[in-house]
Amino acid sequence: MKTYSRLLIIPALVAGLHVASAADITGTVTLNGTPPPEKVNDLIKNDPICGKLHSEPVKTQFYVVGSKGELRDVIITLKGVSGGSTGESAPPVVLDQKGCEYVPQILAIQTNQKLVVKNSDPVLHNVHTTPTVAGNKEQNKAQMQGGPDVSFSFPNPEKALRFKCDVHQWMFAWVTVIDSPYFAVTDKAGNFKIANVPPGKYTIEATHRKAGTVSKEIEVKADNATTDFTLEAPKPQ
Amino acid sequence: MSRSVDNLWLHRFACLTALATLALIGLGGLVTSQGVGMSVPDWPTTYGYNMFLFPISQWVGGIFYEHTHRLVASGVGLLTTILALWLFGTKSRPLLRWGGVAFLLLGVVAGIWLPGDKHHTGATLVLVGAISLRASFFWPNCAPASQRLRWLGVLAFIAVALQGVLGGLRVVLFKDQIGIVHAALAQICLVILCALALFTSQWWRNLPDKFSPIIDRKGLRSLLLIGTLLIFAQLVLGATMRHQHAGLAIPDFPLAYHKLWPPMDAASVTAYNQNRMEVEAANPITAFQIGLQMVHRIMAVLILCAVTFCARTTRRQLGARHPLSRLSLAWLVLIMAQVVLGAFTIWSNKAADVATTHVVVGALSLVTGVILTITSFRVLMPVRSASLAATPSATSGLETRKPAASSAE
Repeated sequence: MKTYSRLLIIPALVAGLHVASAADITGTVTLNGTPPPEKVNDLIKNDPICGKLHSEPVKTQFYVVGSKGELRDVIITLKGVSGGSTGESAPPVVLDQKGCEYVPQILAIQTNQKLVVKNSDPVLHNVHTTPTVAGNKEQNKAQMQGGPDVSFSFPNPEKALRFKCDVHQWMFAWVTVIDSPYFAVTDKAGNFKIANVPPGKYTIEATHRKAGTVSKEIEVKADNATTDFTLEAPKPQ
Repeated sequence: MSRSVDNLWLHRFACLTALATLALIGLGGLVTSQGVGMSVPDWPTTYGYNMFLFPISQWVGGIFYEHTHRLVASGVGLLTTILALWLFGTKSRPLLRWGGVAFLLLGVVAGIWLPGDKHHTGATLVLVGAISLRASFFWPNCAPASQRLRWLGVLAFIAVALQGVLGGLRVVLFKDQIGIVHAALAQICLVILCALALFTSQWWRNLPDKFSPIIDRKGLRSLLLIGTLLIFAQLVLGATMRHQHAGLAIPDFPLAYHKLWPPMDAASVTAYNQNRMEVEAANPITAFQIGLQMVHRIMAVLILCAVTFCARTTRRQLGARHPLSRLSLAWLVLIMAQVVLGAFTIWSNKAADVATTHVVVGALSLVTGVILTITSFRVLMPVRSASLAATPSATSGLETRKPAASSAE
């Protein structure tokens, strides 16, 4: 029995060393060129309840770009990384409905990770998921004002799984489901950080829902790694 | 005991039912145009409430359209049921009586067996049963309509009931394909109800007396039928486009992405999607959807040509004053309006009111085509039948062409 216990300790130690030698990947994503102008959302303005929740005009948020081209809402993923999803044990991710908008509108979760949808609005919503990958179930749940949170999880990886509210047809969020814990979403400064990546050679990919995808090779050693991306704004048509 | 079909009120009621169905199609179009078909996640309940007891304070956003659509659909279901029963005349009384008793018993059983929060289901059944039972005592005591009309009434009832179930299944099964069938069946329901309104009219009954049979030398009956079938196919295409929930697959008109035929390769479609800044939660467009809209445009041109040809042939064969000529001219006007509305649907970036009007005028175009075709089959005789009946006595009643004089009303 003792021998058996010792045998169990060895892989645990190896795994511990593995994490101990893990590094972070950081970087910045920028957009090159001028994106199409965002549209003013007149639907929300004209809604008798939701319109009152905003003092400023509400615009679409497809290209959230800083003064130097820093691009928000880019999903950074690693391909070829060992270690699958820890989804079921990972802390839940929150998607709020606030001002009759989803906050945030772009997010990423692991497969089987719990996604909690809140309703902070004084009006009812329906939370309608429209997956396109087999195994991820389409659901449509009512959520009254002041009602309890509703939870979702998805067993299969999927790029840009849409959440929408049909009561307020302008409300949508895109959730990327990844079969790994190694991913990040850029902040408003265009920065990202993927933590505790085990050493190795990977393909790192940056995906923006409108500007597309770019990828490059990266080698992670004991030290932290840095890589930046530049996405191109679409040519006007 | 008068014959049911001679009843002016029956005809008026059939017209009312057909009009209500047209309004319902408009409401359904509005629901799809607004993209709010799934705003009520449950069926047959509404957010857990009995559909008829859902508080008005909660009719917010898209729920207003979807819930109104459901309520009006219930009204059309009721009207169609009454119409079908009316066509059976006095024969409906036992059905109403025993049906009422069955509903009453079912309601009582449901009230006992279902949990407390579902008691409204039992109460609704009891109410329907009581109304049905009460109606059986004063139901019109008229003679039944002809067997064909009675069966058409039954067909209308089945189609409308199926339509309701399909609408519900589309919501709970999340199937866009059911939505397309739902939209197509709506047109069929309208056609059946308009046919009932036509067949119960005095105009229809007096038609053979007013117009002597004319030999259809130019194949007008087939032409009208083909035109009508093209319109139905176009409506199904339109429903398929609308139920992709992707907004406008091609944002410009008369060109498509500034070209006569837009590039549909993967890189081009990606570029189209990158430039779309849709406010609503529309799906990304695909090459299939672009192709579908191009086929819809080509079909529109085909239909315009076909209906123009039909109107011209009708006028030449029957004369300008014949009702078929007048109606075919109205048909052409409707199709032209429909083409303009289609263009405005694109130019307005699929504004809900314009897109919905496009749906309603499409339904009217189909119904006009159906009425024209049915009437042509009554007043025109195919050449083959005419030659078979070409005996001296038979031909005396046939006319090869009677322009203005033959159409005197």
